[in-house]
Amino acid sequence: MSTASMSVPSGSARGASAPVLEVQDLRVQFRTGSGLVNAVNGVSYTVSEGETVAILGESGSGKSVSAQAIMGILDMPPAEITSGRIMFEGRDLLTASAEEQRKVRGPGISMIFQDALSSLNPVYSVGFQIGEMFRAHRGTSRKDAKKLAIELMDRVRIPAAAQRVDDYPHQFSGGMRQRVMIAMAIALDPRILIADEPTTALDVTVQAQVMDLLKDLQRDTGMGLVLITHDLGVVNEVADNVAVMYAGRIVERGTVDDVFGNPAHPYTEGLMASIPMLEAKGGRLQPIGGQPPNLSSIPSGCPFHPRCPKRRLGADAPPGRHCAEDVPPLRLVVPGREAACHYSEEVLGV
Amino acid sequence: MSDITDAAAAPRPAAAPGEVLLDVKDLKKHFPLTQGIVFKRTVGHVRAVDGVNLTLRRGETLGLVGESGCGKSTVSKLLVALEKPTSGQILYKGDDVAKMGGRALKQYRREVQIIFQDPYASLNPRMTVGDIVAEGWSVHADIAPRKGRLQRTQELMERVGLNPDFVNRYPHQFSGGQRQRIGIARALALQPEIIVCDEPVSALDVSVQAQVVNLLEDLQDDFGLSYLFIAHDLSVVRHISDRVAVMYLGSVVEEGTDAQVYTAASHPYTQALLSSVPVHEPHLRGLKERILLEGDVPSPANPPSGCRFRTRCWKAQDICATEAPALVDRGQGHPSACHFAEARTVVPTEA
Repeated sequence: MSTASMSVPSGSARGASAPVLEVQDLRVQFRTGSGLVNAVNGVSYTVSEGETVAILGESGSGKSVSAQAIMGILDMPPAEITSGRIMFEGRDLLTASAEEQRKVRGPGISMIFQDALSSLNPVYSVGFQIGEMFRAHRGTSRKDAKKLAIELMDRVRIPAAAQRVDDYPHQFSGGMRQRVMIAMAIALDPRILIADEPTTALDVTVQAQVMDLLKDLQRDTGMGLVLITHDLGVVNEVADNVAVMYAGRIVERGTVDDVFGNPAHPYTEGLMASIPMLEAKGGRLQPIGGQPPNLSSIPSGCPFHPRCPKRRLGADAPPGRHCAEDVPPLRLVVPGREAACHYSEEVLGV
Repeated sequence: MSDITDAAAAPRPAAAPGEVLLDVKDLKKHFPLTQGIVFKRTVGHVRAVDGVNLTLRRGETLGLVGESGCGKSTVSKLLVALEKPTSGQILYKGDDVAKMGGRALKQYRREVQIIFQDPYASLNPRMTVGDIVAEGWSVHADIAPRKGRLQRTQELMERVGLNPDFVNRYPHQFSGGQRQRIGIARALALQPEIIVCDEPVSALDVSVQAQVVNLLEDLQDDFGLSYLFIAHDLSVVRHISDRVAVMYLGSVVEEGTDAQVYTAASHPYTQALLSSVPVHEPHLRGLKERILLEGDVPSPANPPSGCRFRTRCWKAQDICATEAPALVDRGQGHPSACHFAEARTVVPTEA
């Protein structure tokens, strides 16, 4: 609640401005030797100026693939975007020409990744790589680009930026490398920053520094932030809104307070019950049974039904709400909250 | 699996007063830094572990937390005798492991087993699950008679929640959580006293992580195991541990019961660490004290003089640079290696 500085301005921005980024019914498949893998199965979300949207999911839930589709960095083939639209400032990026897409990537939308070391080129200095953004997109001279790179390194709080601008990625620690990535990503003042597990490889004390930096930069620039993560704690501390993904679908969406405070989908509820608490010893953990689904053979009906403690099958289920047969659509359950469960009202207790 | 409710009601016994199994005294491991290819010169040492004291009693879980590079994994390797200590002692039931040889060392290695973090890299991809679990018996043949080994393997698989019919499958046919169960079955096969769990759930998804944590707790109750549970996730460590030791740059900075360390942290590093962990309950957001540490962990090849943490500490004074603080009780009820130890509640306690 005390992060009011975060949630209040974005809350008002959401009402006032049209979304900057709009993903509509995105579907991505991979053709592999062992069959068709349905990684993303109809994902829609919007991001407004200054808003932080968290995409929460476990490995294989399709959270990273959907972001890669937005950036246009999916390897196609084997990947194939089978349907959907990605609207950025009113234009569909999926039908845009390569040249138009290139103009959006960087100044419009940029992205940072989990593994900063493998995302940076080991044979160029960090200053050169940050400056490349200005040289490639704005035709800035090498000398000026280096100056701008130093300014950016200062902005992402890399100590002694002017001395370190000619250092190479291996000379930086993990947290500092992620700052270099962030500097590259914000170089051209993007309207949307996609952060794909930005702190997963970092220690908690460094994670706190990096998340703090991202929040401050967002406050200064008003960019929208898409935070892809599996960490419920990070979502809770940073995001305004959250979309929970499972088997390539969004199963629940709403404000973080609502979704985490009182889940409307049994999967979200299961996640909350399966993580231990920091503030108390707690009783026995209540894990979600079974394993996440294989994306090449997603269960029929609700993809979560084989693991769901609240499923209704056979004669127990009213017509049209049979968990193993009828796919639950993502629907409005109570104002401001959508969930893809036939029995969300019961889960919520309304 | 069905006793979830009554198990949740009764908290696990805290710090059972069992006999001391492991007594680690001033353990040090320095790795040489060399230069040159033909004529190697030692140019320095990485002080990965630099004076660690720990005790592990029968039936208890000792949690060891710290950030990457603090030496916690080196401690685990030293404990299972995969590395030889530079100095210091590991006493197992009173005997110095470094002085063990032959039969005694073989016995020690059977009784102290390890589970690794990476369930992909720690299983041989060319061996079937049955062979992996049973491999230890080819060295310790007295544990399982040759005849009943297949049956014994399948019993173990069933015990850790794997389908015993999968005994002839290969590791790649299992998911991450299932592979970690294979690793647990392999450790159990030799009827150990102690299992060193080196980040056993860090690579797993949250929903699967809870399954493995519960399995480890059940096995401890059934077989009277003692765990040294090494992890960087402070919530998981609190959940499973009776006592917790916090490591920074090669040494333990604070030690106590889970309640002492988490609700009355007295070392500034522990406080900063706790403050950095994001909590997942919306009603606790922002209630935690914010302590943001500056900078990075110094290199263990060239650690700061005196207190290791002083370069990032907001309490640091002149004495911190000259005198290394000992890990002793400074009136907080539990040991803390800080000259200015002072209990502080960083994490809000739930009413």
